[in-house]
Amino acid sequence: MSQKLVDSLKSEFGDKIVSVNNSCGDESVLVPGDSLPAVLKYLKESESCEQLTDVIGVDYPERTERFEVNYLLRSIANKSRINVKVAVEEGMDIPTVSDIYKSANWAEREVFDLYGVKFRNHPDLRRILCHHEFEGHALRKDYPIEQGQFLSTPEKLIDDIEYHGGAFRADEVEGEDNPFDLLNVNIGPSHPATHGALRIEVQLDGETIVKAKSEIGYLHRCFEKEAEDHTWSQVMPYTDRLNYVSSMLNNCIYASSVEKLLGVEVPQRAQIIRVIVSELSRIIDHLVCICANLVDIGALTNYWYFYNIREGIYYDIIEPLCGSRLTTNFARIGGLSHDLFDGFEDAVEKHLQKMEVAIKEVTGLIARNRIFLDRTVDVGVLTTDEALSYGYTGPCLRATGLDYDVRKHAPYSGYEDYKFDVPIGENGDTRDRIMVRMEEMYQSASIIRQGIQKLTPGPIALDNASVSLPPKESVYGSIEGVMNQFKLISEGIKVPAGEAYGYGEGANGELGFFCVSDGTGQPHRLKVRPPCFPIFSAFDEIIEGLMIADAIAILGSINIIAGELDR
Amino acid sequence: MAVALDNPSNFMTTRLRQAVNWGRKYSLWPLPFGTACCAIEFMSTVSSYNDISRFGAEAVRFSPRQSDLLLVAGTISYKQVPILKTIYAQMCEPKWVISMGACASTGGFYNNYSTLQGIDKIIPVDYYVAGCPPTPENLLSALVSLQDRVQNEGLVPSAERHQQVIR
Ligand code: SF4
Repeated sequence: MSQKLVDSLKSEFGDKIVSVNNSCGDESVLVPGDSLPAVLKYLKESESCEQLTDVIGVDYPERTERFEVNYLLRSIANKSRINVKVAVEEGMDIPTVSDIYKSANWAEREVFDLYGVKFRNHPDLRRILCHHEFEGHALRKDYPIEQGQFLSTPEKLIDDIEYHGGAFRADEVEGEDNPFDLLNVNIGPSHPATHGALRIEVQLDGETIVKAKSEIGYLHRCFEKEAEDHTWSQVMPYTDRLNYVSSMLNNCIYASSVEKLLGVEVPQRAQIIRVIVSELSRIIDHLVCICANLVDIGALTNYWYFYNIREGIYYDIIEPLCGSRLTTNFARIGGLSHDLFDGFEDAVEKHLQKMEVAIKEVTGLIARNRIFLDRTVDVGVLTTDEALSYGYTGPCLRATGLDYDVRKHAPYSGYEDYKFDVPIGENGDTRDRIMVRMEEMYQSASIIRQGIQKLTPGPIALDNASVSLPPKESVYGSIEGVMNQFKLISEGIKVPAGEAYGYGEGANGELGFFCVSDGTGQPHRLKVRPPCFPIFSAFDEIIEGLMIADAIAILGSINIIAGELDR
Repeated sequence: MAVALDNPSNFMTTRLRQAVNWGRKYSLWPLPFGTACCAIEFMSTVSSYNDISRFGAEAVRFSPRQSDLLLVAGTISYKQVPILKTIYAQMCEPKWVISMGACASTGGFYNNYSTLQGIDKIIPVDYYVAGCPPTPENLLSALVSLQDRVQNEGLVPSAERHQQVIR
């Protein structure tokens, strides 16, 4: 699908295109840094690439142009993708594209923070994940993974303005825009309403937010650096802790991304089970998101209704299935860790029915509730165009009225064989975001039921000695089995050199893994494209001009999970 | 309401320390310093299925000045260090700390440039709960153990502990 984009670029830019490459079906073009803005502008305006999915740095210490920056672009209208690459020498800079795509703002800051690549004319080129006293650039290959650096004082986000020790309005000072009227308030990173380690500093005029600035990175756990330090299979438990509310989804999407690079396809039964557990995870994620959001706007009862359903799913389905409630580590590259337990189908059906009752109850409590509507309708509105520019995907994008869902748009794991609808909202406000999630749970339940119908006995892992671990009988009974197990565990799966961007529909939106392999058992680079990161980057703009209480309700509705935001 | 002073069964003798600690142990007010996955399990512990209020610790407070049990649940990055230190300092005596999960206790399986290798490097800890994440049952068991400990402590427990740390 992307070949057309490459041809179009070639005819428009001619010999400015340094090289064209195709790895695992992903097209990429290498362009000189200075033509980057022109190329991206052209792609956006003439080829309707509405979205800059991510900006990804890769370090190749042996090259003269050491860093490679990848701009992943997507056209939802034409269902195509392309990767525009730029090579940068140490100490050189490249022009920013944050004026073309708003999502580039934070994404470029991340590349700057972790690799030290500078972006010319960037509006706010500060560190984003590491703290401001950090020295060096953590994802460079020569930065030692264990070298921690303490922080002495947190960063000041908004320059101190003078204010009268906490008084909202100092009566002796006149004038509308007088800075004496404003009060700086710091929210987080340890605050109940942020649901995780986020920090927002706001300037208030009364209760209205005049200016907001958020800071992330409080839960930066170096997923990407850890991945480069482990084998491809050892990364699996780390993916659990990205979006820890729906870890099965991360497991499955990570496994399928590596499988894309390996060029293998998992057996039918494994695919169906992956779909079933993914949808279960999506249900859990939506339950937790909605109930926490409702607590924020004062509707505590709903929390108990939804949380009990989630507990039931954990105790009766997830824990028997993988031995752990939260950190599941269920998928494997090439299949799954183990098969379903006896009675799985009944347990699932029982809990789906309970869930449907709970959704009815909660909908009954909120759908026409005056307080709920006052707090959520037309609050925190984002238009489709803005959402696309910020890189929104998932329920938050669908709430604005666009039906982009990876499961329909670029089906994987056999999603094309399931019948389901993609619910969309109208206004893109807080209520739409909640209601889209509500409806998605029904759809997920329907997908799970279809999946259970489709289940037939069969293998759950690839029969390929270079990818899947041998069965235990063979490990204990034959010398080949022992050798095979030993090599796969100690050296890792030998993934052929190349790169691939694998992605799927996570609970919050498009979750992607950009995998670069150099042919060894460990990733050369593994970049996560977390759905939260671009979503949260728009938060400041959404809340400016609103009341502070609304900001809290909006924050709940965009469902920021710090583990995946900061990685 | 008059109490018959001459009836011995209307009285109970105890030591001040024990009476005070009995009150303390059943009214621990936790402050969940939840940063990551472990905080989700804390939510489970509080919600109705596991119901932490059976143990008198349901008054979850997010203000350090109102709480006496700091529950550090989740990975602490170096960026969080000054914040966690401040929160601990803001809590009034007596106060206790539970380190929930592998990450808070030792850094867990994140041995890297941004993860603090155990909160005991910056604040004193009373109980470590193993697990990644610990199940709600684990956390409740830690709470009950902590209650035993509170019962047997002196009247100004954490002041004593601070002295130990300084020594
Ligand atoms: S101990 Fe495990 S579950 Fe808890 S915060 Fe750390 S990684 Fe997450």
